[in-house]
Amino acid sequence: MAQDGHDKHPRYILIFIWLAILTAIEIGVAIPEYSVVLKAILLIGLACGKAYLVAAYFMHLKLEKRTLAAIVITPFLICVFLVIMLIPDLTSDSRHEGIEKSPAEVVNTSDH
Amino acid sequence: MEEATTLDHSEDVYEPSLTPDSLGKLGMWIFLIGDTMSFGALLAAYAAIRAGAGVIGWVPPSDILGIELTAFMTFLLICSSVTMVKALESIQKGNVSRMCTFLGLTILGGVIFLGLQAYEWYHLIHEGLTLTGIPEHSLKGAAISGSTLFGPTFYTITGFHGLHVTGGVIYLIVILIHGLRGRYTADFNHEVEIVGLYWHFVDLIWIMVFTFIYLL
Repeated sequence: MAQDGHDKHPRYILIFIWLAILTAIEIGVAIPEYSVVLKAILLIGLACGKAYLVAAYFMHLKLEKRTLAAIVITPFLICVFLVIMLIPDLTSDSRHEGIEKSPAEVVNTSDH
Repeated sequence: MEEATTLDHSEDVYEPSLTPDSLGKLGMWIFLIGDTMSFGALLAAYAAIRAGAGVIGWVPPSDILGIELTAFMTFLLICSSVTMVKALESIQKGNVSRMCTFLGLTILGGVIFLGLQAYEWYHLIHEGLTLTGIPEHSLKGAAISGSTLFGPTFYTITGFHGLHVTGGVIYLIVILIHGLRGRYTADFNHEVEIVGLYWHFVDLIWIMVFTFIYLL
């Protein structure tokens, strides 16, 4: 494993320049005020691009066996799944109903 | 006899079992995968709390936090990742003193990062971003109850990351001491590679934290 990428090192400085450019773009995208959804998509896309560069080149995932990359990508997919599973809980209707109902129920039971 | 021929036949597809080098590396990867889930859960919780508060119930983080300083901190961690890969590259070529120099620079980057984070926290606490409240000036006269959760989530996530950086700095110092004592050579350097994996992971997580907490 360790010897695999011995003499085919990526050009780290090039990766570094890319990361610096992407960070600058991120800040440029974040400061102006416009659609929150568009901003979120752009920023998450840029962050994923940077994360890919770090994992693939600095952590040498690109030079490792494919299996390891598949293992590593799994928790990221599970995290996305986690966020998707939280969406039903985010709709403000269900949250407020839940909060408003419980004190009323408490009052009812104490009356009886 | 039969076994021998089977082995011969499948020689090019046979994957060797874990060696001491690859075992340590796999162990670090497993730890990092678990850690990804921890940070994933924290960021998902942050997203849930923020979305639950709605647009009116959440002060834009940019009104409270300074992006310039954290952008510099991001840049600093990226730089320290580069010095880390350079350290590994040096020892793989057998250059011990160069490796130690680059490891030292990586540690320096981590220490400056922690110093800047402490400075940032000190100022934020001073301005009124605490576990129960947010700075008066960011409220702009509006009573926002949901925003009181910004403090705890901010300090939990950046604090958890800061702990990782602290751990990484200690880990790097241990490896540097081993390096100075001449433990690593061109043929024996997987420990340097493993500390590198951890350090790059801390950088990768900061990229995510910077995006989700500071920019969005």
